[in-house]
Amino acid sequence: MTDVVVLEALPKPKRDVVPMLLPVILALAMLPLIGSPSTWVTLTVASLAMGMMIFIMASGLTLVFGLMDVLNFGHGAFIAVGAYVATLVLLPLAAWVQADSLLMNLAVLAPAALAAMAVSGALGLVVERVLILPVYGQHLKQILMTTGGLIVAEQALYALWGPQIIPLPLPTSLRGSFIIGDIAIAKYRLLAMLVGLVVFLAIQLTLNRSKIGLLIRAGVENREMVEALGYRVRRLFLGVFMVGSALAGLGGTMWALYREQVHASMGNDLTVLVFIVVIIGGLGSISGCFIGALLVAMVANYGGFLVPKLALVSNILLMVAILMWRPRGLYAVTSR
Amino acid sequence: MMILSGDRPRSRILNVLLLVIVVALAVTPFVFPGAKAMNVATKICVFAALVASYDLLLGYTGTVSFAHTLFYGIGSYAIAIALYAMGPTWTAVATGIVIGLPLAALLALGIGLFSLRVEAIFFAMITLAVASAFLVLASQLSWLTGGEDGRSFTLPELLRPGTVFISKDWFGVPVNGRTLTYYIVFIASAAMILALLRVVNSPFGRVLQAIRENRFRAEALGFRTVFHLTYANCLAAVVAASAGVLNALWLRYAGPDTSLSFAIMLDILLMVVIGGMGTIYGAIVGAAVFILAQNYLQALMGVASTAAADAGLPVLPGLLHPDRWLLWLGLLFIASVYFFPTGIVGRLRELARKSPR
Repeated sequence: MTDVVVLEALPKPKRDVVPMLLPVILALAMLPLIGSPSTWVTLTVASLAMGMMIFIMASGLTLVFGLMDVLNFGHGAFIAVGAYVATLVLLPLAAWVQADSLLMNLAVLAPAALAAMAVSGALGLVVERVLILPVYGQHLKQILMTTGGLIVAEQALYALWGPQIIPLPLPTSLRGSFIIGDIAIAKYRLLAMLVGLVVFLAIQLTLNRSKIGLLIRAGVENREMVEALGYRVRRLFLGVFMVGSALAGLGGTMWALYREQVHASMGNDLTVLVFIVVIIGGLGSISGCFIGALLVAMVANYGGFLVPKLALVSNILLMVAILMWRPRGLYAVTSR
Repeated sequence: MMILSGDRPRSRILNVLLLVIVVALAVTPFVFPGAKAMNVATKICVFAALVASYDLLLGYTGTVSFAHTLFYGIGSYAIAIALYAMGPTWTAVATGIVIGLPLAALLALGIGLFSLRVEAIFFAMITLAVASAFLVLASQLSWLTGGEDGRSFTLPELLRPGTVFISKDWFGVPVNGRTLTYYIVFIASAAMILALLRVVNSPFGRVLQAIRENRFRAEALGFRTVFHLTYANCLAAVVAASAGVLNALWLRYAGPDTSLSFAIMLDILLMVVIGGMGTIYGAIVGAAVFILAQNYLQALMGVASTAAADAGLPVLPGLLHPDRWLLWLGLLFIASVYFFPTGIVGRLRELARKSPR
């Protein structure tokens, strides 16, 4: 979490640290309730890893909304498509996946993730041009169009791959856990955390330290003004949409490996989770989305351990609690 | 035309279409007495009312709610649980209705007040999240809801198929408890649709449309938009729950797949868009067209799929498989939002305006 604080320390009129401390406070508060420190560490690592994966999936959605005022109900489709494309790479190269060498495993995982991102990104281009372009500025139609897109994508996946669940085993060297004392940390979760952090830092750096990021942030604040300065905001937005879709594809791949299975309904299922994260974080805010993802994952993991029955509705309760406190989410970026 | 609240179909073709649908539904038990035809006709009645209530939200206030199946499900489950627990009596039916409808209204009030506190844009997302949580709850709390299996129950004596009022000799088909159930569904649905028509043409309905067009301006005119939107939400929820009651009475069953699933929500969305948003009549047309297609076109797709498979074509059999019928509906849905945002009813009215009699 220290990285976040350092990056957020950029010149800003006012820094709002309370939401940032929320995951830390939650994690520490849970320690006495859970009792055993080793269980607590395992659960915390599990929630951090899960949170990072959810963040990767949700970041695209929040960016797209913050920037283009487009509510994409079809975001889950990119997640599912990413996962399916990854199976196209991972299943034929099963020998490499099963090889007991980290290098070979990564050599097959990397192209799988890249392929997933490429296809999801390309699909994002098509979706933006075909579905969203005609209905810019009309929320009602956007919701309807993208919901339609989600149906079509899910059904197309069923038609192309069939309704069965595709098992997707983890690469050999990423299975199992590191054991430190009596604490067990699953290897894949460490990788997921690493990737998540890299993505978060990359987005933050791009948004805060590059010219494109400057334009994007300016576009969020006041789109017409940026256009008046001669920048093609529409093209910028298309780029953001594609990057957001590609990230969803990456997240879908990671989620599929985490669950070790792929199914066409996963896009639909994850849409709800991603929405909750984005609402908690405040539509359009990357930091908010990051914190929201961590909170959702923590509540799911701690809640599932302490009160299994509550886990069914824990997300909703979290959302209600956060929105009661801050009706526009943790960080409200847009003034809309 | 007092019964239509002065809001006529306003198109000659639409007049004929509605008349055909209503008459066909009214005579179904005598003209098409088969079990399948009766099921299809009942489904059209129930969904016409359900979609009309959704139209009140989507078409007249412009809010997208994904929680409509939630209320439909509450109605279904209320009647199912009551009849399951208390046995096949009319008291149980009354209990189910007395508990189910206010519960739906209360929940709608809760969701409405909560999401009005937050940003309006969150409404669709929050309703989606709440609906999915409810679906999980319904399938997990098996002591109450029967879990994934749902709850089957027996109807009161009077509504059972074994109760014959007029024997076969009179009309060629027996008039029994099933026929009575059908007419209860038919008349209740018709009454609800007419009531909704009344609501949207009242001053209250005009305010809803004003909010849809420009919420800020409606507020500036002095209307408490919060009150109007919440009220519309509760009204729609009560009608949806009533439709759920009717559906459960006909099926003698309530389960997650028949009353709560996301697929039903999509069906409702498709029907309201295809029929025509903001018209109420669109609900009748949309439900009839959609359910007829769902029940009879799917068979056609199966034939096409086998034909394509026999011809040795690649992907096509998979795409044409009857289970993939939502794929084509999704495409149709996108196309209709894009090309015919006013749906069948809106289109017919435009035609009628262009060529005055």
